Amino acid sequence: MIYNKRLILAHFWLAFALFGVAILLGEWQMFIRSPLHGWLRNADLYYRSVTAHGTVMGYVFPTLVAMGFGYFISEAALGQPLVGRRWAWAGYYMIIIGSVAAVVPVAMGLDSVLYTFYPPMIGNAFYYIGVVLVVVGSWVWVALMGINLYVWKRAHPGAPVPLAMFANVAGAYLWGWTAVGAALELLFQILPVALGFATTINAGLSRVLFSWTLHAIVYFWLMPAYIAFYTIVPRAIGGRLYSDSMARISFALFLVFAMPIGIHHLFADPEVGAGFKVVHSIFTAMVAVPTLLTVFTICASVEIAARLRGGKGLFGWVKALPWANPQMLALALSFVMLGFGGAGGLINMSYQLDSTIHNTQWVTGHFHLIFGGAIVIMYFALAYDLWPHLTGRALLNLRLVHWQLWLWFIGMIVLTFPWHYAGLLGMPRRMAFYDYTAPGMFAEGVSVVMSTIGGAILVVSAALFLTVLIRNHSAARVDPEPFTFSRAVHEPVSLPWALNGLGLWLGLMIALTITNYGYPIVQLMMTPEGRVPPVFVGGKP
Amino acid sequence: MSGPLLRNRWFVGSVGGTFLLLVFSVFVGFVWLPSAQDDSLFKGLLNSICSAAGVPRSWLGEASAPVTSPVKVSEVVMTPTTLDEPSSGGGVGRGATLALRCTMCHGLRGVSTSQTPTLAGQYASSLYKELRDFQSGARASAVMAPLVAELHDQDLRDLSAYYASLPRQQSPATQDLQSAPDIVATGAPMRNIPPCGSCHGRLTAKLGVPWLDPQPRDYLKTQLEAFAHGTRRNDTSAQMRNIARNMTTEEIDASVDYYSGTR
Ligand code: HEM
Ligand SMILES: [Cu+2]
Repeated sequence: MIYNKRLILAHFWLAFALFGVAILLGEWQMFIRSPLHGWLRNADLYYRSVTAHGTVMGYVFPTLVAMGFGYFISEAALGQPLVGRRWAWAGYYMIIIGSVAAVVPVAMGLDSVLYTFYPPMIGNAFYYIGVVLVVVGSWVWVALMGINLYVWKRAHPGAPVPLAMFANVAGAYLWGWTAVGAALELLFQILPVALGFATTINAGLSRVLFSWTLHAIVYFWLMPAYIAFYTIVPRAIGGRLYSDSMARISFALFLVFAMPIGIHHLFADPEVGAGFKVVHSIFTAMVAVPTLLTVFTICASVEIAARLRGGKGLFGWVKALPWANPQMLALALSFVMLGFGGAGGLINMSYQLDSTIHNTQWVTGHFHLIFGGAIVIMYFALAYDLWPHLTGRALLNLRLVHWQLWLWFIGMIVLTFPWHYAGLLGMPRRMAFYDYTAPGMFAEGVSVVMSTIGGAILVVSAALFLTVLIRNHSAARVDPEPFTFSRAVHEPVSLPWALNGLGLWLGLMIALTITNYGYPIVQLMMTPEGRVPPVFVGGKP
Repeated sequence: MSGPLLRNRWFVGSVGGTFLLLVFSVFVGFVWLPSAQDDSLFKGLLNSICSAAGVPRSWLGEASAPVTSPVKVSEVVMTPTTLDEPSSGGGVGRGATLALRCTMCHGLRGVSTSQTPTLAGQYASSLYKELRDFQSGARASAVMAPLVAELHDQDLRDLSAYYASLPRQQSPATQDLQSAPDIVATGAPMRNIPPCGSCHGRLTAKLGVPWLDPQPRDYLKTQLEAFAHGTRRNDTSAQMRNIARNMTTEEIDASVDYYSGTR
């Protein structure tokens, strides 16, 4: 039973509306820097756009999806109305205020600092304050998820925590802890300068703190998609989850290994010692474990569904899968993108190989494929699954849904494969224009044109997605069956304490943060020579 | 949870496994890989650990002393606070008095009518840097050098404050990047030339960099050519020399025309 439908819909709609706007900016950017358009006379327009696109797509959109989905899971899995409903609304409004405070100065050209802040570049303080508000608003959600689980546990002593809620709270705590890095950077390094209280900034320390956030935020984006893999898809395609424990172990390992690896974003930075880079690189390799566990478990669950439908043979069962089911389709497309993206990620995470693609368009190609592709397609899928339960209306137009998912996949491949290639040719990222007339630049121009076409396909797909959701609000009323999550082959009756709570894994997460980040942070804090004057953007010399 | 933690297989397994992984990766990163490279300046286990951890070392201390330039280069380091120091009785008024010696070339109120640059409304940071460079000889000028030779640092600060306080007269043509020549709005990426506007204003402005509009045409052109030929060399890290050297004559003319407007 879903009690707070309005709250959940408000989160999803704000997320998807912002996504709809930001994707237009993305396509504009791709067009602008392709040979199809002349050079921008005012390159700052490009950086404003990238700042807004990155801020919305990287911070606001996934956070709102995770929050809306989290509230949904809390009510649907625990079977209790959300505790702290008013707080939830307060967090929501904080995010709205924060987003407005951040985007307005960006549009005015006062904050073209990009969503990674790029210290010692400093813009107008309102942008950073807005981002802090968004984070604080999401922390309200983190707290509420913990509280709701706690309330439920007290009422159900010893009972196994539903998997969806276990994973949801893992995601919430991961976000709560990883956002601390960027929050420290904003509060103690950037804002004092932006507000005029300090005149120098420790750029190296700022970057290390940001890296604390930058990797685990990716796993926070990923959590809703993974929760959908485990708890929605098997049920939707008429199968069973292969292993409940395996799922819990995967989420627990994400909690542990997502945090102590962020320095892989600083391989090319001089302020961190090579030893720590190696350590972070090795720990990064460890996220392959929960990822492969997930791929294995989900494939096994899908096979169960196929065999239940009469599928036979070593691989013949694949044909018996319900390919007409959007969840099945989304899962398959997501896995293909995850596979390609993961393969590329192996290069990024290797201390040595990374130098061949560092700061090139390869990187943007990579995270669009993983995040915009594999993850966001699951956001679509979970919205399709949830929507009838939220609106009480039928989601009928499956043909449109199919088109939408396929176009997203095709568009993403057409967008990102040439994008990777341009990176291999050495094209730098975050540039407003390129001299395609120069000798040797022709191939890069061709690949950017292809990406522009891929982006256009994605825009069409996004429009279809919004159309499907909007049309649902005026479709025929239905009384959907009560929402359920996937059931495991062996449903847990009693769980070991380690898999029924997050304490152990949170402890490991914090301990590894200290071992892997403690020394670099303390050392940089004690290096006053690291402080440099800011470079103000927005006209102030 | 049942029994003491250390007997619990979940606890022992997860914490122990993580710990072993940590020990292994620390060994690889701090001991094994550094020792596999014997070209490092510091030998031995402790040294390799410290270097791998990123402990700051004064490794230049053992090398030879840095080469000093045979020609005078700018020693001014501009930070946002360089000009912040409270003026001891100085300021705009004192600067105005000191500026009497400047008026014959730079105009009564800083607006030049000859080939000298206009100073009215120029950024204080840029004025101050140039004055210091004239004083040290990093920027050579037979006219300016004797005029600034005996001035104190406070005098230079006050002069800069005074001229920065005067109104700047901008021509409407330079308000608009659409009409700007390519070199101003976009630069020439393949020749490593950033857009002029990314430091000199309109796109973004940088500390210690002057605005250029409007300055007398001849002045701008002479300076660009001086940078290109290396006869002017007070630009920090040779930023302008590297740019001007790569500019074509047409680009020099186009940018000069744009920034000088009608002058
Ligand atoms: C039509 C689809 C899209 C297109 C054409 C597109 C295009 C772009 C472009 C051109 C950039 C700037 C790259 C650079 O300057 O180096 C960018 C940045 C970014 N995009 Fe997208 N994008 C799209 C969809 C998405 C989606 C769906 C997401 C995530 C949900 C996303 C997340 C980001 C982020 C976080 C950045 C910031 C990168 C930075 O600051 O360097 N984009 N995008
Ligand atoms: Cu990462």
